[in-house]
Amino acid sequence: MNIYGIKAIYLFEMERTWRTLMQSIASPVLSTSLYFIVFGSAIGSRMANIDGVSYGAFIVPGLIMLSLLTESISNASFGIYMPKFTGTIYEILSAPISAVETVIGYVGAAATKSVIIGTIILVTARLFVDFSIQHPVWMVAFLLLTAITFSLFGFIIGVWADSFQKLQVIPLMIVTPLAFLGGSFYSINMLPPFWQKIALLNPVVYLVSGFRWSFYGVSDVDVGISLGMTFLFMLICLAAVWWIFRTGYKIKA
Amino acid sequence: MKPLDHSRIPDASGSSAPIISVAGLSKTYASGFQALRRIDLEIRRGEIFALLGPNGAGKTTLISIICGIVNPSTGTVTADGHDIIRDYRPARTKIGLVPQELTTDAFETVWATVNFSRGLFGKPANPAYIESILKDLSLWEKKDTKIMALSGGMKRRVMIAKALSHEPNILFLDEPTAGVDVELRRDMWNMVRKLRENGVTIILTTHYIEEAEEMADRIGVINKGEIVLVEDKHVLMQKLGKKQLTLHLQSPLTALPSGLQSESLQLSPDGTELVYTFDTQSDETGIATLLRRLNEHGIDFKDLRTSESSLEDIFVSLVRGRS
Repeated sequence: MNIYGIKAIYLFEMERTWRTLMQSIASPVLSTSLYFIVFGSAIGSRMANIDGVSYGAFIVPGLIMLSLLTESISNASFGIYMPKFTGTIYEILSAPISAVETVIGYVGAAATKSVIIGTIILVTARLFVDFSIQHPVWMVAFLLLTAITFSLFGFIIGVWADSFQKLQVIPLMIVTPLAFLGGSFYSINMLPPFWQKIALLNPVVYLVSGFRWSFYGVSDVDVGISLGMTFLFMLICLAAVWWIFRTGYKIKA
Repeated sequence: MKPLDHSRIPDASGSSAPIISVAGLSKTYASGFQALRRIDLEIRRGEIFALLGPNGAGKTTLISIICGIVNPSTGTVTADGHDIIRDYRPARTKIGLVPQELTTDAFETVWATVNFSRGLFGKPANPAYIESILKDLSLWEKKDTKIMALSGGMKRRVMIAKALSHEPNILFLDEPTAGVDVELRRDMWNMVRKLRENGVTIILTTHYIEEAEEMADRIGVINKGEIVLVEDKHVLMQKLGKKQLTLHLQSPLTALPSGLQSESLQLSPDGTELVYTFDTQSDETGIATLLRRLNEHGIDFKDLRTSESSLEDIFVSLVRGRS
């Protein structure tokens, strides 16, 4: 096991985070604060409680998930795309480091960063609304699992993308809609029965539902199913990453 | 240009086993382009090996496969006895690579990027060693500078420092002096010599054939994905080298006298020089005969010089002969 190699990649990526502190941390915090002001305070004050939770508090887990998803994907995809783009990937490929170790370095750093951002948003949210966390251990578990899973997904996008446009297209065209339609701002039980069934095809529904359960003990879908689906998505991503390194897809001729 | 003293080539292990052994190596890219065709090549421990070849000959592909950046289609490579695929960890730990393109991070400092490379290759931090490399490469003053603020030549030095950061005993230099100024080139070759004295095997590709001629112990020529020739530099020069005798004439000639006409004797366009080409290998160079016959024809000369054909001439004739 090349521990020094993993550490080198991890620290290199974290260094990038600190260097771009303003855009990596300040901007998600700012945008989330805007959500709280608009949806939580302005609109939320006129909304009824959902499942006995005030609307402002109800959207907290969803908003954290939203940032966690987008940040994980953009961190990890950018992290592996840049060396491909500049050519510095030659060094990673020529180093005595395995695929697993490389992924641990990149995905670990991307997940760390998004967990930090998630935590900051959680603290920021506390300034706007009052909420409690019923199952803190599960909350942390969902946070980590989601950060790792979507950092893996981001890594795949970063390998697949061969232009900056492609790097943006999946997060923008697929992930953002899925996240918005995944019940961040509402309970899917509020949807008509037909759309409820459709919503269950959206993996984000399970993440948000499970995460919200860890806060308030109420959920749209059973928490076991949420956990299972998140694991399933992680396994799919792991299989894709394994295949990428096995075939050298887009990284090795 | 001082010839290298061959008696000094170190052989650290005392064994004659090649440090790199390439057998039956082929590479066909997904596009269908066959970059390498069944390459067999052995690099000796502690030597400086120069790989020459025209653009697109397969030099970089060969190096990239040995370093693990490109997958081979067929064939095997061992580095210091380790198969580069099955046993990639020990194999790659031994190898340092300075690629042709200046590919560096932009926002990192010199110090950070060189230490990153060392960690990536599985070595614990060693600031004293990194300091000595940076000093050798005249980079020490720039250690806290961001790479993007460096000149091209300085970036090249950073890439060399990165390649040396994990103390490899095999160093690949792919076109190390392309676009590099005279001073850096001289520094670089001094460093290469120093590395070799410490037992590092060096494989370089270059377009500057005079560099290969000056630096290398052995020379390999690759063309269209095939190794055309591998030879000790001196043997190669001797075997393929032709010598020329140039005679400066007392008075210009308009044409060669018919009695003197031969393929090996040429009159310069202005008629003031006669150039005679002969083979260093043959016992009979024909110089005595030529001079006698010039005398018979009453052609006087005021000066003469001989010159050996350079590696460049040899290279050009080899590559042209094959294409």
